[in-house]
Amino acid sequence: MIEVKNIKKTYTNGGIPSEVLKGLSFRIDDGEFVAIMGPSGSGKSTIMHILGCLDSPTEGRYFLDGNDVSDLSDDELAEIRRKKIGFVFQSFNLLPRCSALRNVSLPLVYSETNKEERMAQAEQCLEDVGFLKEHFHNLSNQLSGGQMQRVAIARSLVNNPSIILADEPTGNLDSATGKIVMNTFRRLNTEEKRTIVVITHEAEVAKYSDRTIYIKDGLITEEPIKGK
Amino acid sequence: MKLTDIFEETYTALSANKSRSGLTILGIVIGISSVIVMVAIGQGSQASITSQIESMGSNLIAVTPGVAMSSNSRVSSGWGSAQSLDNDDLERLKAELVGVKGVAGELSGRYQVIANGNNTNTSVVGTEPAYAIVKNLGLASGDFISEQNLRNASRVAVLGPTVVEDLFGEGADPVGETVKINGLKFKIIGVSESKGGLMNQDDAIFIPLTTIQRSLVGRNRLSTIDIAAESTAVMSSVEEQTKAILLDEHDIANPDEADFQVMNQAEIVEAVSNITATLTLLLAAIAGISLVVGGIGIMNMMLTTVTERTREIGLRKALGAKRIDINRQFLFEAIVLTLLGGIIGITLGSLISFTISYFDLIQTKISVLSVVLAFGISAAIGIVFGYYPARRASALNPIEALRYE
Ligand SMILES: Nc1ncnc2c1ncn2[C@@H]1O[C@H](COP(=O)(O)OP(=O)(O)O)[C@@H](O)[C@H]1O
Ligand SMILES: [Mg+2]
Repeated sequence: MIEVKNIKKTYTNGGIPSEVLKGLSFRIDDGEFVAIMGPSGSGKSTIMHILGCLDSPTEGRYFLDGNDVSDLSDDELAEIRRKKIGFVFQSFNLLPRCSALRNVSLPLVYSETNKEERMAQAEQCLEDVGFLKEHFHNLSNQLSGGQMQRVAIARSLVNNPSIILADEPTGNLDSATGKIVMNTFRRLNTEEKRTIVVITHEAEVAKYSDRTIYIKDGLITEEPIKGK
Repeated sequence: MKLTDIFEETYTALSANKSRSGLTILGIVIGISSVIVMVAIGQGSQASITSQIESMGSNLIAVTPGVAMSSNSRVSSGWGSAQSLDNDDLERLKAELVGVKGVAGELSGRYQVIANGNNTNTSVVGTEPAYAIVKNLGLASGDFISEQNLRNASRVAVLGPTVVEDLFGEGADPVGETVKINGLKFKIIGVSESKGGLMNQDDAIFIPLTTIQRSLVGRNRLSTIDIAAESTAVMSSVEEQTKAILLDEHDIANPDEADFQVMNQAEIVEAVSNITATLTLLLAAIAGISLVVGGIGIMNMMLTTVTERTREIGLRKALGAKRIDINRQFLFEAIVLTLLGGIIGITLGSLISFTISYFDLIQTKISVLSVVLAFGISAAIGIVFGYYPARRASALNPIEALRYE
C-alpha cells in the first residue's frame, strides 16, 4: 500500500529553488491499477521517483506498506527497491550488448540469487509477458522497441515486486505496440494482483487503469485535463 | 552481489572494449616488467660481483701501501707513489702470523708483452707460489711458479687465459713457448684457469716476485700482501696481528698514522654490495615511474568507463544495487586490469631477464621477493587508482544517472 501525505519536492538549480511538487496527498491500495496523468513538466516523473524510492521528498511523509520511508538512507532505499518495486522506463534502459535473459535477470544479481535460478526466473518472466523464446539470447540492441519494452517489463517482474511503476511506458512505442504493452499491465494486475502505477500524458493510455490521478503544476487536480 | 557475478560483470565490461582494456593493461605490463628486469639486473650484478670477489679466495685479507691522512680517511695510492711495503714486511708476516693458510707478496705493473708475433699491454703480477693457494687460482695447463723459480728469479711466466687468447689465439696451449715482457724473454710454464669477468685475473701474467723486483722494477717493493686466514673465525685475529706486526716493523706507535691499509674480503664485498644495492634501488625507482604512469592509465580508463556507463550505473541502482555493489564492481575491474598486467608483466620481465643472461649481456637474478612485490604493487595500483573512479560511480544519484545522455 502506498500512502503519501503532503509531499513537496523542491529542486535548487543554480541557487534558485523551484518547487516541483507542492503538496501531494493520495493513497494507492494493494492490487490497484492507477494512472497518473498530467501535462509535461507537471511533476509526474518526480512523484514516480519518490514512490519508487529513487528519491526522497523535501517535505511530507511517504508510507510504503505502513512504514515511513521518507528519510531513509541511499542503501536502505536500494534495499526497498530491490524487494518491493519494479520499474519500467520510457526509454527501456536495457543493458547494451547483453542478452534479453541477462537483462531480465539483472535485479536478481543484487539479491544474490544463484545463476540457474536467476535464469529460470528470467525465462518465466519473459514468457509471462509474451516474449518469444527464440529471442531470449538476442542482444538488447538487436530487439525492436516493443520487444525491448517487454524485456523491461519482464525485468520489472523478476524480483516478484508488489508494485510496478511505469513512467510513460508507451512513450517510445507506436500505438499498436503500446496497446500490447498496456494489455500486459492490465493482465499483470488482474491475474497476478500486482499494484500498478502507470504515468502518462495520454488519455488513451490512462483508460487501461482503474483510477486516474491528475496532476497539474505539482498539485492534484480534480477535473480531467482537456485536450491532447 | 556474489563474487562470481562480480567476475562475470568484470569480464563482460572488459571484453566489451578489448582494445582499450588491452592498452591499459599494456601500461601496467611495461611498468611491472621493467621493474622486474631492472631489479633482476641490479641483483644479478650484485650476485656476480660478490661471487667474483669470493672466487678470488676465501677469508682473504689484503694489505696495500697507503699514506696516512687522518684518523678515519685514508687515501690509498697505488704502486709507484706509496711504497711503504717491502720484502721485510712480507718476511715478518710469514714468520709471525698465526692462523693463516698462506701469505703471498705481490708486485704488479703494466708492461708491453710480445709473443707469437702479437703484441699486448697487460698486467704483470710478480708473486710467490703461495699466491695460487691464497687467491684460489687453478691451472688450466702446466705449473705455477715454484719455490725454485722464486729463488733463482727465473724468467718464467704463467699466462692468464685472456692473455693466451690475445697472443696465441683461442684454445691454444702455449706452455713451452716464450713471451717477451718489456723486452725480456720469459718461458711460459703454465696457463691459469679462467675465473671470469670483473677482477681481471684472466688478463694477467704471473711471474716470480723476485724476477719482477730485480729485472723489471728494480726495487724490493710490494704492491699488495695477500693473506688467507684459516677460517672466518680467525679473520679478525689475523687482521689485528697483521696491523700490529706492520706497525711494529714500520716503527709507528699510533695506529691512526699507519702507512698501509688492511682490508678484509668481507669489507670489500660489503662495500661493493652497498654500491650495487643502491644501483638496484635506483634502477627500480626509474622503472617504478613507468609503473605509476601505468597506474594513471588505469585511473584514466576507469574514469572514462564510469562516465560512459553512467546510465548503466543509474539503472543498476534503480534495480536495487547498493553503493557497495557498484563500488566493488568498478574496483574489481581496476584490480583485474592491473593483476592481468602484473601477471603478463612478471612473465615478460622474467623472459627478458632470462634472455639478457642467456646471451651473456649482463648477469640477472630474479628473486621471488621482486616477483611477489611486483604482484603486490600491481594489485595495490588497482586499488589505489581504481578507488576514486569506483567511489565516484557508487556515489552517483540514480535519477541523475538515468537522465545522463
Ligand atoms: N533534478 C532536477 N533538478 C532540477 N529540476 C528538475 C529536476 N528534475 C525535474 N526537474 C524539473 O521539475 C519539473 C517536473 O519534472 P518532471 O517530474 O520530470 O515532469 P514530467 O515527468 O511530468 O514531465 C520540470 O520543470 C523539471 O525541469
Ligand atoms: Mg516525465
